[in-house]
Amino acid sequence: MCRPRGLFTFSFGLPDIATAWWCVWNRACRQGKAVVECAHILQAMDTLPHTERPGYFGEFGGRYIPETLMPPLFEVQEAVEKILPSEEYRSELKQLLEDYCGRPTPVTPCRNLSKELGFHLYLKREDLLHTGAHKINNALGQALLAKKMGKAHIIAETGAGQHGVATATAAAEFGLRCTVFMGAKDVERQAPNVQRMKLLGAEVVPVQNGSCTLKDAINEALRYWISHQADTMYVFGTAAGPHPFPTLVRELQKVIGTEARAQMIARIGRLPDYVVACVGGGSNAIGMFHPFVADKEVRLIGVEAGGTGEPGCENSAAINLGTPGVLHGARMMILQTADGQICESSSISAGLDYPGVGPEHVHLHSIGRVHYGIAYDHEALQAFRRLSQAEGIIPALESSHALAWVFGHASEIAPGSHVLVNLSGRGDKDLAHALHHIHLD
Amino acid sequence: MKATIQAANAQGRTAIIPFLTAGFPSLDTFWDTLAQVDAAGADIIEIGIPFSDPVADGPVIEEISRESLAKGVSLPWVVNGLLERRGQFRAKLVLMGYMNPFVQYGLEKLAADCAAAGVSGFIVPDLPLEETPEFRKAIAPRALSLITLVGPNTTTERMQSYAPYSEQYVYVVSVLGTTGGMNAHLDAIADTMRRARSVFNLPLALGFGLRVPEQLNSLPADARPDAAVIGTALLQHIRAGKTPESFLSPWRTTSRIA
Repeated sequence: MCRPRGLFTFSFGLPDIATAWWCVWNRACRQGKAVVECAHILQAMDTLPHTERPGYFGEFGGRYIPETLMPPLFEVQEAVEKILPSEEYRSELKQLLEDYCGRPTPVTPCRNLSKELGFHLYLKREDLLHTGAHKINNALGQALLAKKMGKAHIIAETGAGQHGVATATAAAEFGLRCTVFMGAKDVERQAPNVQRMKLLGAEVVPVQNGSCTLKDAINEALRYWISHQADTMYVFGTAAGPHPFPTLVRELQKVIGTEARAQMIARIGRLPDYVVACVGGGSNAIGMFHPFVADKEVRLIGVEAGGTGEPGCENSAAINLGTPGVLHGARMMILQTADGQICESSSISAGLDYPGVGPEHVHLHSIGRVHYGIAYDHEALQAFRRLSQAEGIIPALESSHALAWVFGHASEIAPGSHVLVNLSGRGDKDLAHALHHIHLD
Repeated sequence: MKATIQAANAQGRTAIIPFLTAGFPSLDTFWDTLAQVDAAGADIIEIGIPFSDPVADGPVIEEISRESLAKGVSLPWVVNGLLERRGQFRAKLVLMGYMNPFVQYGLEKLAADCAAAGVSGFIVPDLPLEETPEFRKAIAPRALSLITLVGPNTTTERMQSYAPYSEQYVYVVSVLGTTGGMNAHLDAIADTMRRARSVFNLPLALGFGLRVPEQLNSLPADARPDAAVIGTALLQHIRAGKTPESFLSPWRTTSRIA
């Protein structure tokens, strides 16, 4: 019997034929066959286009990684299918998110800005979470999964350091060893977060390869995982990477949208007209959007980082300015040369500075369900300042991109509309950087 | 390529599969170096297509790949260069590269152009079984092959899944690691080789971390490969200013106990 939609805890967002295959596969797994043997069944799918295989969102996703990484990915997948939906795991995670992280986070109406703008602006306050951003939802969830899988060691990549800090925090809480891979350039640029990770007990490995940034940190973490898979779980930081990470990260981040949806209904008696979130790899946005995808009347807006606005690769807007390709294990939109070499991305916001966007976003873009806009560095800085001064809330430069889109499109938003922005993180971390660009008198 | 390896084995030696990154040691000298590797007795040559994010490669090959990219090496440069030199190489040629440059080139165009350029097949280190149908479909009409890669953690059952889709030879990765990595325990290599032997009815090539032919002789006779892939060590040898011939000659004479 196929899993009935709605009754099953985890909706994988796959088309129907894929659902049917998922059923065959899952049945085989339930009959006690090893996951690896279940993969054997996948072989029969040879005649299917890849768009209809598990791990794909439309034409995007998949598992483009070395064969030696398939067994650990099967192991994670098995945990996603068996441990993640279990009552024991779910209740333990829920309790931790409440007691340790501060969930649920509130939805804050922006009283002053709403008057100025002529529509109702609300913020989902992920900035109030422990460690100051949504990243902890995922890191804690994956670290708990790792613990239940019997892994003693978790590894992570980090760019700005936020996911690294969140993972180091979760590792400390669960008594796991933690190694964080970070591009050597980022280690220099983000010294305070490096110190935080070290204080939390994590080992920080500066990655000297390639462009010495986030994408190289991911490469190095994948390489490390190949050789240390027996005792190690890779806690992937964004809704990208090989299957099942895009699904796993979304499942752990969708608490944002689930809470916000109920909070908006409780507050205004209906759904918001717009839901807006910034998109780097896409984890805060997919977590916010996913519970709203079926609500066709809600306009979903993802905001990419346009960088300086100069042409070429000086941006992080892979959906708007990139092309389809394969990076870090998935088919997605990426910034690349005509020959398929990956570009270095650029953004004033380190957390959006990634040359790809996760496969589920690319799919939501391709079917027209989510509109993906762009905010440039200078617009994000203006929004950073405007929210701070109007509402007394300092937003992360990442979240400032989402706000910048709203401010920039205010004239197109009907008066009286209800606009919900995911404030994915707090901006204290960005203060020194932002003050290079804005003058406070 | 299967016949090439079997012919080497019939002469009582292990077939040699050197790896050379395109554009190494320089744009000007690459084609001569390729010719020297060919003349030094290579049975099959893997030409590495440089990629900016090579997750299966160790530091040596990654650095050389980046140098090649900086010099302007691209997949079209390699394919066009091979087309101009079609028929000049005795060894069979295989392109080893990551999926994204192949996808951007266009898989069907890749197959057509590579067939015209005399390439025999491909090794794509980030293309596990589940993602191969599209690639296989594109290359099949041109009679090109996609070489299967298996490693120490590939279960016998999973090797069986690969078997119907494997052709020419099977590349056995010696170690859970990247190219040029430390040697795995001989017992572990022997186990992988024996399991692969029991599943695949094809020659087995062993690679990742091979430096000297003595490494093969230290394996139990029934676990020795039919072919040896040598990449990182050869590149380091050439980088030190030495010739492919002086590196490959001891490999050429390695006797193989059937």
